[in-house]
Amino acid sequence: MVARKSVLARTISTPIILTLILLAVAGLSLWVNNGIFTRTIVEVFIRVMVVVGLYTFIGNSGVVSFGHIGFMCMGAYATAWFTIPPAMKKYSLRGLPEIISHNQLSFSLSITLATLFAGIFAYLFGKILVRLSGITGSIATFAMLAMINTVYSNWETVTGATSSIVGIPRKTDLWTGFAGAELAVIVAYLYAISRSGLALRSARDEAIAAAASGVDIARERLKAFVVSGMILGAAGALYAHFLGVLTPDAFYLGLTFISLSMLVVGGMNSLSGAVVGVVVLSAIIELLRTLEKGIAIGNQTWALPHGTQEIAIGGVMIVILIFRPSGLTRNQELSWSGWPFSERSSRQKSSIKDGVSEGASA
Amino acid sequence: MTEIIQIIIDALSLGSLYALGALGIALIFGVMRLVNFAHGDTIAFCVFALLWPSIDAAAVVFAGHLPTVLLIPLILLIGAGLSVLSEIIVFRRFRKANPATMMIASFALGFVIRYFLLMLYSSRPKSINLWESLGESIGFLGARVPLLQIVTVAITLGILGLLTLFLKRSRYGLEMRAAAENFTMARMLGVRANRVIMLAFALSGMLAATTGLILVTQTGTVDIQMGASVMLIAFIATVIGGLGSLTGAVTAGYLIGAASVLMQVVLPLDARPFRDAFVYGAVIVTLIWRPNGLFVARSAKQRV
Repeated sequence: MVARKSVLARTISTPIILTLILLAVAGLSLWVNNGIFTRTIVEVFIRVMVVVGLYTFIGNSGVVSFGHIGFMCMGAYATAWFTIPPAMKKYSLRGLPEIISHNQLSFSLSITLATLFAGIFAYLFGKILVRLSGITGSIATFAMLAMINTVYSNWETVTGATSSIVGIPRKTDLWTGFAGAELAVIVAYLYAISRSGLALRSARDEAIAAAASGVDIARERLKAFVVSGMILGAAGALYAHFLGVLTPDAFYLGLTFISLSMLVVGGMNSLSGAVVGVVVLSAIIELLRTLEKGIAIGNQTWALPHGTQEIAIGGVMIVILIFRPSGLTRNQELSWSGWPFSERSSRQKSSIKDGVSEGASA
Repeated sequence: MTEIIQIIIDALSLGSLYALGALGIALIFGVMRLVNFAHGDTIAFCVFALLWPSIDAAAVVFAGHLPTVLLIPLILLIGAGLSVLSEIIVFRRFRKANPATMMIASFALGFVIRYFLLMLYSSRPKSINLWESLGESIGFLGARVPLLQIVTVAITLGILGLLTLFLKRSRYGLEMRAAAENFTMARMLGVRANRVIMLAFALSGMLAATTGLILVTQTGTVDIQMGASVMLIAFIATVIGGLGSLTGAVTAGYLIGAASVLMQVVLPLDARPFRDAFVYGAVIVTLIWRPNGLFVARSAKQRV
């Protein structure tokens, strides 16, 4: 028998294909060359970060988390604290410690610190939450989200409470967005093929067997929780620099719903599913958004009523869950060998390239 | 002394609201292991049924003008109808799915309902006065208490009593309890699965309608988000009470109500806006201490 290739060699095609997809999206934006469209694409890249971050925890551990958008909120506000000009934040955010309110950090340093900030809180929350599994775990993450939202919507002097804070430099452009998304994909991929990632997926599929084989489920979950919390923190920071304005309610149930639905539609247990889900649903959302604004047919403007977008997404999500619960990618990774959309024939191949692609049985 | 009575009444009325919400979720969880995220939006839907669809800022009251004897049954019927409809259209297809999939599906359904309301009524909160006389305060054991609080507590206790009777004494109740205990076994012994599940959904929808009516009388506003916060607490109550246990859900609802009111009194003034954060924190701590909740249902015990 030939010596088995390393996990990296067997699965490397996945991140390469995903990078190509992201490059194609960026290329589309350059081709269209329209300011509004470019902003849409940057938003898509940020969503890729968010959903890939969600996948890192949800996909590997099998525990559905409703709380991760909270870390995005933390990352976004952290970078706002660091980068709003001191002259502004002295008045709008009086409660900040002096070292923060008197200084202004550079874009890259601020993003790094915001990511770490989210990471620290992910560690603290994770320490407690990873012990809970299944539905109880999901509801506890929901409690976490509500907790973070309550704090950020009430801490007048530090977060500006429910009024929006302004003055964040709008620095996220197409290529920073692309770099963020690409980095998120690479980190998620490296985590998924790491020892911890493999152990966690084994625990997801067979908790008892994994525990009996010496997998410390809580510890591995915590690692995934922190990694995904940091990705979301970074995504939040980039989002803050994209919008320039922040309110806590931007990071609550609505965003949780959209990003979870992207993950579900793509396929919860695969990294490719996360990226595919974002691309497909973003396209649908964009289309509906245009229709909601109204299009001119002849001399009449015809528009869909507001809310159609969300109703359609909810509908798509339910239909996918009914007819294809493993998502568009069937929880397989995109790779050179074996087309992911092919029928069961890829089953056997997928058992060989076990790196990031064994979610099909979940 | 009057202050203590005031606090107790506050705790009981808030707890009643949470208990009703939790019960609506626990009933469905019991028969089909579904954590119904759409419950909050069912609550909002029932309240919006009082109004005529319009995107104007002013509320166009429609059903809200009906006499109380007609209004309450109508809203209850709407709640039950919507709930049963979501069972038939959506949840029936998930009989064999795992609980996480069903949970996400209900999350999606909730959003569909919410944005359907947005489409018909716009996202602006509207004000409506329902049963204004309930806003008056009355003397109760020396304290001045809004009549509504007393009514809320009384109605909840009444519902709990009726529901207990129904579950313990009637054939349908027996079937429901059997299904909650062991669904497969109950089916084999002649319990009709779909009928029991639809009954649970109907009851849950009526509970949602009741919760909605109490909420709207309390706040005087109608908002598409109005069910969300009650639903969140109700979920947490069902988990703390032990998923699948109806007694647990109700008890935990009252406990969370009491904890919120107590924290409002005890917390220093600066920390009061963060009351809910403390409540959620306490909830997470409780789950660490007892991951299966305070009252573990016999059917919910896990081996690992």
